[in-house]
Amino acid sequence: MYSQGLNESNLASAETPEFLAEFQARIDADEKIEPNDPMPQAYRQTLIRQIGQHAHSEIVGMLPEANWLTRAPTLRRKTALLAKVQDEGGHGLYLYSAAETLGISREQMTEELLAGKAKYSSIFNYPTLSWADMGAIGWLVDGAAIMNQVPLCRCSYGPYARAMVRICKEESFHQRQGYELMISLCNGTTAQKDMAQDSLNRWWWPSLMMFGPSDSDSLHSDQSRLWKIKRFTNDELRQKFVDATVKQAQHLGLEIPDPQLAWNENKNDGAGGYDFGEIDWDEFWRVVKGHGPLNRERIAARTKAWEEGAWVREAALAYAEKQKSANTDPNNLAQKVS
Amino acid sequence: MSTSSVTPLWEVFIRPRNGLAHRHCGSLHAADAQMALQAARDVYTRRGEGQSIWVVPSSNIVASDPSASAAFFDPADDKIYRHPTFYDIPDDVGHM
Ligand SMILES: [Fe+2]
Ligand SMILES: [Fe+2]
Repeated sequence: MYSQGLNESNLASAETPEFLAEFQARIDADEKIEPNDPMPQAYRQTLIRQIGQHAHSEIVGMLPEANWLTRAPTLRRKTALLAKVQDEGGHGLYLYSAAETLGISREQMTEELLAGKAKYSSIFNYPTLSWADMGAIGWLVDGAAIMNQVPLCRCSYGPYARAMVRICKEESFHQRQGYELMISLCNGTTAQKDMAQDSLNRWWWPSLMMFGPSDSDSLHSDQSRLWKIKRFTNDELRQKFVDATVKQAQHLGLEIPDPQLAWNENKNDGAGGYDFGEIDWDEFWRVVKGHGPLNRERIAARTKAWEEGAWVREAALAYAEKQKSANTDPNNLAQKVS
Repeated sequence: MSTSSVTPLWEVFIRPRNGLAHRHCGSLHAADAQMALQAARDVYTRRGEGQSIWVVPSSNIVASDPSASAAFFDPADDKIYRHPTFYDIPDDVGHM
């Protein structure tokens, strides 16, 4: 919310050491920062980048699953998938709105996405080859997203935190419908169970990559934690995800495609946890830099939607203009009164 | 057309059920009020979260200035006599 005019008045907060210290003190006292509050330029830019990427991920993330909507095997699965994809569109909208409170417009963010300047989660550049992928995505991709997003509900920036609360409430259904789909396949024929295993094999490593680069290579982690935008490091969240997911795979009777996966009772300060193999970081960076299996197709699909929707946006605005002038026409007003 | 090539922003307020106040829940873009209402329904009440929706053009919201909030809210800061605990009532009078 909040007019952009007000936002702009604060864009140029003088960043004296006192100002920065005062801001950090507010963060340290767990105060929330709200849209028109003075904030360091770097805090604003970090949030615009992170929330924008997050919003793009929700929107681009609709594409892999939309691929299977018309081919869902039952009406029950189809309605669930449709509802999930619709939710993701809503998530994108909540997040674009949160980013807009920082003084960037949704049009600008969309243009940056289409121009390849803004990133989105690299997982959505992988293809959905079988129906089982609808299960694996809900279970693993939404599962990893939840792991990332729950701590963001306590993010220091109010609008982002509030958007995340709404999103997290909805994500749980996404993960559960995916896991339930996996259960059906794993209780089905051998071919169906093989399909589920194949899907896990393809989505496991990209899901681990969703948590981003390792802490030692992460550009933004330290400052983001100081500002309480992030509460946990990438590696901490990745570890939590692995620990939570292995048991779920065992329950399905599926095997996680990692020969180095092993229980380690000393992990997590003695609570125990899983050791796991090294992520293929070359693949990760390749996909991030635009050379994944479907990067081009995803942006092409978004560009097509944006361009083909242009006349609808224009027509809606033209109609609104026309209604407005009709309402201020004195003849028209007289008619209404009588 | 020149001033309005960007789809306007609206603030959305939802009354979860009768008896409660409308509460701000987020924003959205829409060309006009009717589309804003429909989009608000689709985006913010997909699971029965609302009995009533208000949409308000964001540009019509007048907000107090956060950087001046100390001075703006200052008049209330030293008026402890506005609170019930300022007044001493003997314990044996009971709850008041
Ligand atoms: Fe989502
Ligand atoms: Fe989701």
